[in-house]
Amino acid sequence: MHHQDISVDLALDIYTRVLRIRRFEEEVGRLFRQGQLPGFVHLYIGEEAVAAGVCAALTDEDTIISTHRGHGHVIAKGGDIKRMMAELFGKATGYCKGKGGSMHIADFDIGMLGAIGIVGGGLPIAVGAGLSAWYSDRERVSVCFFGDGAANEGSFHESLNLASTLALPVIFVCENNQYGEFTPATNAMNITDIADRAAGYGIRGVVADGADAFEMYRVAKAAVERARRGGGPTLIEAKTHRRGSHAEGEEAFLAGQTYRDEAETAAAQAKDPLRLLHSYVSENGILPAEQLEALDSEITQSVAEAAEAARNSPDPEIESLFDDLWL
Amino acid sequence: MPRKTYVAAIQEALAEEMRRDQRVFLIGEDVRIGVFPSTRGLHAEFGDKRVIDTPISELAVAGAGIGAAVTGLRPIVDLMFGTFLYLAFDQIANQAGAMRYMYGGQTNVPLVFMVQNGAGSSAGHHHSQAVHQFFMNMPQIKVILPSTPYDGKGLLKSAIRDDNPVLFLHSLSLGGKRGEVPAEEYAIPIGFADVKREGRDVTICAAGPTVYTALDAAKKLAAQGVDAEVIDLRSLSPWDKQTILKSVAKTGRFVAVDESFPSCSAASEWAATVAEEAFHQLRAPVQRVTNKNVPMPFSPVLEKAVLPSEADVIAAVHNTLA
Ligand SMILES: Cc1ncc(C[n+]2csc(CCOP(=O)(O)OP(=O)(O)O)c2C)c(N)n1
Ligand SMILES: [Mg+2]
Repeated sequence: MHHQDISVDLALDIYTRVLRIRRFEEEVGRLFRQGQLPGFVHLYIGEEAVAAGVCAALTDEDTIISTHRGHGHVIAKGGDIKRMMAELFGKATGYCKGKGGSMHIADFDIGMLGAIGIVGGGLPIAVGAGLSAWYSDRERVSVCFFGDGAANEGSFHESLNLASTLALPVIFVCENNQYGEFTPATNAMNITDIADRAAGYGIRGVVADGADAFEMYRVAKAAVERARRGGGPTLIEAKTHRRGSHAEGEEAFLAGQTYRDEAETAAAQAKDPLRLLHSYVSENGILPAEQLEALDSEITQSVAEAAEAARNSPDPEIESLFDDLWL
Repeated sequence: MPRKTYVAAIQEALAEEMRRDQRVFLIGEDVRIGVFPSTRGLHAEFGDKRVIDTPISELAVAGAGIGAAVTGLRPIVDLMFGTFLYLAFDQIANQAGAMRYMYGGQTNVPLVFMVQNGAGSSAGHHHSQAVHQFFMNMPQIKVILPSTPYDGKGLLKSAIRDDNPVLFLHSLSLGGKRGEVPAEEYAIPIGFADVKREGRDVTICAAGPTVYTALDAAKKLAAQGVDAEVIDLRSLSPWDKQTILKSVAKTGRFVAVDESFPSCSAASEWAATVAEEAFHQLRAPVQRVTNKNVPMPFSPVLEKAVLPSEADVIAAVHNTLA
């Protein structure tokens, strides 16, 4: 199928974002298994099309806010994988000088207002970013990524209602991967579509296929245009699937227990966002096969270099402990 | 006596109390699978009604625990990490922490909040804070921070049997620690410290993981000819003033070791009390060893530098000897 509204450049742009996230996350998984990374990491593999599609609809001025599963959001917004990787290693050269780590990467220069380890912690802040856009010029939009689990926090209710009553340019992107840790969303809420909740706040709610980056781009673009015109917030629910663990090394938590239905998992994995995009760009002659391969090697190489550089970077100086406390 | 891990001891306390009293049940996120191993396996024995998985809704879950408690049940509310208590702060501070008093003694809140407390696994600020000091500031909440399997089991059993709200703080970093746990039934009353090492020269007071920091420091100090007494407070609220004052009467020196911010920490309270009530027995100013006053950094190197260390404790002891 050819998408008339997706230009060659845009298709390639979105494909590149998805591929970069995938290769980055695969490397992070490897590094974690080898015991090279402190703390714990939550990978975005399988969900890449959501961040890539949404962020492709944003300008550098627009802001996003992220979650514990945040690496993909940073990359999709244009973050530097070298500084990300160094942060995952806890090194002085990382985005937050080693003080943040996997769950707290931010890049304020590109409008990435930070990953947040507290489930639901980002929603109110995204409302504030929307408030400041409205207060100043109304051109900027604020995007908040959060999970299906986060939709059950009180902050979800308060934030959507506040954004709605003030008609703020906020786009709430719920990444419904059907699980919060080991609990299926179906055990945590008695509705199928989280987007239905939008009606309760008098805002638009849209369900989108989170494996389809172009569809994500389209629904995001519509929501962004609406928000820029002063049409207020939208709740986008992306149906998605996390291919791997909740957190790397989850086997240790599970101790032999299982929580996902194998048939369901296999069905979801058959629809891999990267493979879908790869077929599209190959079949529509967007990039010849050898150039696609060259792109992949280039990205894979850059990720490996980022890891190597991070490994060889210095730990933060103990003296830096009190830096960045006060202005 | 059988030797068990800290988590196994906590798990045993939960299981035994749930067997003993039908009103006791466990509620929280993923308590069936057990994000922390202490709740693992309980669902198999007690079933859906007694081991309840919830949506990620800390405020509602904490409040539901309170509602169930004032209507005859004895909930154990597992909110996973200490920092997640912040999301439930209203229900804990305004409601559980005042209800009986505010309503003139008409009700009581027999409820246990259970979370992991403190840092040490390089998980970043949102998953690595010690929170006990906030709750020590609430007159109607009991706070427990055990350091050994024996204390963990015995104190959790008392917490579950207590007719008041109790915050039970366990430590991931101690999860694998082994210690003797009697096979027979026992409970440790809340509010009593345990002298983990006797000594003549200086009193070091600690709780939770810092007890081991203090004990390690005491070992090094012994090699230097300084005989330190290490008191494990175990209960932070109410806390065992008598045991500390008795020790200070003997040693004349006091060092408080606490994993929390320096101001308004548990250490502040202990040190102030010693200064107030044992002033004339003190041979040197009291000392506090706490976290450095910064949010918890991710880098293992920085995290270590924030936490109270053996070297910090030794330096503080030397200050009292100078
Ligand atoms: C306030 C809070 N409660 C609980 C947790 C523990 N926790 C971390 S991730 C997670 C699941 C989140 O599920 P969801 O929002 O669906 O995001 P997903 O992990 O599926 O991307 C939980 C419960 C947390 N980090 N913060
Ligand atoms: Mg989820």
